Amino acid sequence: MSEIVLEGRNIIRDYHVSGGMFGKAKAVRAVKGVSFTLERGKTLAIVGESGCGKSTLGRILTLIDPQTSGELLIEGKPINIARDRVTHELRRKVQIIFQNPYGSLNPRQKIGEVLGEPLLLNTKKTAAERRDLAMQMLVKVGLGPEHYNRYPHMFSGGQRQRIAIARALMLSPSLLVLDEPVSALDLSVQAQVLNLLADLQDEFNLTYVFISHDLSVVRYIADEVMVMYYGEVVEYGTRDEVFSNPQHNYTKTLFAATPKSDVASIRARLEKKKAAA
Amino acid sequence: MALLEIKNLSVGFDTSAGLFMAVQGIDLSVDAREVLAIVGESGSGKSVAMLAVMGLLPKTATVTADSMIFDGHNLLTMTTKQRREIVGRDVAMIFQEPMASLNPCFTVGFQLEEVLQVHMKMDAKARRKRAIELLQQVGIPTPEERLNSFPHQMSGGQCQRVMIAIAIACNPKLLIADEPTTALDVTIQKQILDLLVSLQAKHGMGLIMITHDMGVVAETADRVIVQYKGRKMEEADVLTLFEAPKSPYTRALLSALPENATGDRLSTVADFMKNEAANAGVPS
Repeated sequence: MSEIVLEGRNIIRDYHVSGGMFGKAKAVRAVKGVSFTLERGKTLAIVGESGCGKSTLGRILTLIDPQTSGELLIEGKPINIARDRVTHELRRKVQIIFQNPYGSLNPRQKIGEVLGEPLLLNTKKTAAERRDLAMQMLVKVGLGPEHYNRYPHMFSGGQRQRIAIARALMLSPSLLVLDEPVSALDLSVQAQVLNLLADLQDEFNLTYVFISHDLSVVRYIADEVMVMYYGEVVEYGTRDEVFSNPQHNYTKTLFAATPKSDVASIRARLEKKKAAA
Repeated sequence: MALLEIKNLSVGFDTSAGLFMAVQGIDLSVDAREVLAIVGESGSGKSVAMLAVMGLLPKTATVTADSMIFDGHNLLTMTTKQRREIVGRDVAMIFQEPMASLNPCFTVGFQLEEVLQVHMKMDAKARRKRAIELLQQVGIPTPEERLNSFPHQMSGGQCQRVMIAIAIACNPKLLIADEPTTALDVTIQKQILDLLVSLQAKHGMGLIMITHDMGVVAETADRVIVQYKGRKMEEADVLTLFEAPKSPYTRALLSALPENATGDRLSTVADFMKNEAANAGVPS
C-alpha cells in the first residue's frame, strides 16, 4: 500500500506586515520552500521551535490559508485555495485538531451539537442520522452516549481533546493534521490520547501530520520526521534515520536539549555535580 | 535543621459541593543547597501545597498543619505583615506563565527595582546598578537597554529570565519554581533549567521544582516527592526513584513516558491503577 495522500512541492508562504503609518511594509517568509510526500496510513511529524513555521504549514495543509507559491497535492489533485473554491468533498477529507482543547470548543454548544455540526454543514443527513453517528463516535473515542447533552466545561482537558478528535473524525477524513495535540495534557492523559490516536489510525487507515516540539512523543508516534528551523526544512527522513543519525546542527541541538530520564544520564549528572561542589 | 520543614500539611477548599481536600497530610522538608522536585499530575495538589507556604491561597482555603517552619520562623502563627517581610525576600516563587506574571503596564526595570525598593530599601542609584547586575546574571544581553523594555517586547524565554531575576533579587534562601518551563520550547527549557540549577549552586539556595515532567525531574532534582490526589505516594532520591521506584503510581508514571514505550501502545496510569488498586490500597 503506497498511495500518496499528501504531497507538497516547494511550498512557500509570505506574510505581509504593515510598517505602521510611516514605515515600509515588510514581507516575512514564514515557510521557505517545503517539499514532502506522505503515504496513506503513515504519520509525518513536523518538529521545530515556536516561530519556525510549522503551524503555518499546518494551516496550509488544512486549507485554512493559501500558499503564496508552490504546489499542494491532496490524493494526487493539485489544490490552490487562493484560486479555486474548496469543495465540501475536499473539506471532508482534511481535518485539523488544535493544541488547546479549552479554546477549540464553543462553551455554549453541547457536545452533541459540536459533533453534529460538521454533518449538518457538509452532508444532507437527517437529524436522527446525525444523532446516531455522533453517539457512535463518542463511544469510539472512549466517551459515552451519556456525554451527548453535556457542555465543554463539564469535561477535563483530556476528555475535551477526545471530543476535538471525535469532531474531526465525524466526516471520515483521510488526512488529519494534529497541531500539538498533547502538549497541553498531563503525562498520563497524554499517553491515553496518543494510544487513542494510534487505535484510530489503525481502524480507519488515517494519515496523520503531527506537529510537535516534543521529541519523545515524535519518536513514539512518527513514521517520518521533518525538522523545521526558521521556515526551512533542515532535516527530513524516516524516524530511524533522523533519530539515529541527525545531520543538521539544529537537530543535534534539539536532541541535546531534550531532557534525558534514563538512569545512566542521571548518574552522570549527579557525579558532575558532586565534582563541582 | 532543614530550611523548610512541613509536617502533616492539609489544605481544604470550601466549595458549593462541600469541603474539598486538595492536600492531605503531606510531610516535606528541604535543606539549603538542595533541589527538591515535587511531581504530580494536575489536581495532585503540588502547587497548592507550595502556595500554602507562600500564603498566597484564597480566603476559601483552610490550611492546617502540625508544624510549618521556615528558617526558624513558624509560618502558622505569623501575622500577614510578618509573612510579607519574608515572602519575596527569603522565599521567592516563579510561576508557569512568564507573560502573565509580569505586569504589562510597567517596564521590566520598574518591576525589578520595585522588589529591591520594598525589601532591601535601596536608593535609586543602587537599585539601578543591582537591576543591571541581575539581568546579567540571568543571561539577558544588553541589560541597560532591556530595563526600559515592556514585557510584550520580549520572548517567553526572556520574560521567564526576568521573573527569575526578580525572584533572586534579594538573595532568597528558598526558591520555589512552579512549572517554570512548561510554556517554553525544549531548547529554551534546557537553558532555563541550567540557569536555575547554576544559580541554586552559586547562591546555595534551596530549590523546589514543581513539575509534571519526569524529564525535568531527571535533569535537575536531588530528591523527589511524587504526589497523587493530594497525598504523597513516594519520596526518594532521584536515582533511586528512576532506578527502583517503590510506589505503583511512580512506576505507572514512568511507564507512561513515550521514551519508555514497549510494544506499540503506551501503558497508561489508569490501566496501571486499576490493576494495582485492589492489592496496594491506593486511593482511586
